Amino acid sequence: MLEAIDLECQRGERLLFSGLGFSVSPGTCLHVAGPNGAGKTSLQRIVCGLLQPTAGEVRFRGENIRSLREEYWQSLAYVGHQNGVKDDLTAAENVYFAAGLAGRAATHGEVLAALEQVGLSGFEVQLARHLSQGQKRRVALARLFLAAAATVWVLDEPFTALDVRGVAALSALIAQHLQRDGVVVLTTHQEVAIDGRVERLALDPAPAGGAAPAAADSEAGAAA
Amino acid sequence: MTVTTVIRRDLLLALRQRADVANTLLFFLVVVTMVPLGVGPETETLRRIAPGIIWVSALLAALLSFGRLFANDHADGSLEQMLLTREPLALLVLAKCAAHWLVTGLPITVMSVLLAIMFDLHADSAAILVASLAIGTPALSLIGAVGAALTLGLRGGGVLITLLVLPLYVPVLIFGAGAVEATAGGVSPQGHLLLLGAIALGATVLAPWAVAAALRISME
Repeated sequence: MLEAIDLECQRGERLLFSGLGFSVSPGTCLHVAGPNGAGKTSLQRIVCGLLQPTAGEVRFRGENIRSLREEYWQSLAYVGHQNGVKDDLTAAENVYFAAGLAGRAATHGEVLAALEQVGLSGFEVQLARHLSQGQKRRVALARLFLAAAATVWVLDEPFTALDVRGVAALSALIAQHLQRDGVVVLTTHQEVAIDGRVERLALDPAPAGGAAPAAADSEAGAAA
Repeated sequence: MTVTTVIRRDLLLALRQRADVANTLLFFLVVVTMVPLGVGPETETLRRIAPGIIWVSALLAALLSFGRLFANDHADGSLEQMLLTREPLALLVLAKCAAHWLVTGLPITVMSVLLAIMFDLHADSAAILVASLAIGTPALSLIGAVGAALTLGLRGGGVLITLLVLPLYVPVLIFGAGAVEATAGGVSPQGHLLLLGAIALGATVLAPWAVAAALRISME
């Protein structure tokens, strides 16, 4: 469903990776692994279409995402490094407007349900500036509970700042999305068990100026 | 639908960040009221220079407000989300500009009624002043948004916006203040207002695309 062909990414003087290719079929989670600076976030931004690769292309259902544009984005949910949570809006307003922006209008009840799912019931009318880092992260992740219509989920370090219960709830949500034949592209440094088909893509940091070897191997069952 | 969401969100944010909005409007008010102190209290002189003062102050106040147009959304990641929606980005940009106008251009236009009385403008001049601001300030929001998008994430962006945008504001200023001067001189302001309207419409059509392209580049 989601394919990357011969991707190359250069940031500044540094070549992060080149000749990178993968193919993610429906119901699969692609776990992008690698040390800091290996280009995980850049790869995710390329997959989203926020960043243009120096070479190669990403295809969604066989078509280049740069020509699909809005058609692709309507079936994409991205939780990036930054939360996209407004400090001056309440938790509920944040979720409500984020859903509206994504074109998936949510009722008040749905917003409250999503916040309850991420363990934020009781914090609905708190301004986001009064929430902790982990709670802000949860507000950002609450979007995903309203994003069932989006096929492709791109999650950048979704587990950081979450407590044990939050991690469990999120991995359950990801498993559920995989069961719906969704696609998840995920980066994480944590050891998380996701129930479903998980493929691992290892990004190795490129030696300065050199090409990065990228290795992909797949494993069934729980993610490493 | 997404458009109304963006407008409602930005208006709600403006309400929560009242101080920011109030700063812009107070700045406008203070600059305009400073001039008589500097020039002296001769009614005839003040009446002649009033349209120019009010228009220049409106430009400066608008410039002051562009820092927050995209910068906050950029800093907290909301802008990324806006780039990844199913609506064309230009449409969302138009919505953001509309919200920006509602909290800067519109109050400035309304306040100018008061200022026109303060400068003892004749009723017809005052009416044309308000009309010219109503037509011209949307153009200020739209053109300024281009500058804000181009300088997003740059150090010293504020000064750069001024340098980029002020030359583009010149026609708006000339026709805006010119309309009022024409009325005061007994000439029909229709030509000035029509040209001002043409600039506003042109900006409505072209600026959102330019802003959208600039935002995509800034986000790379």
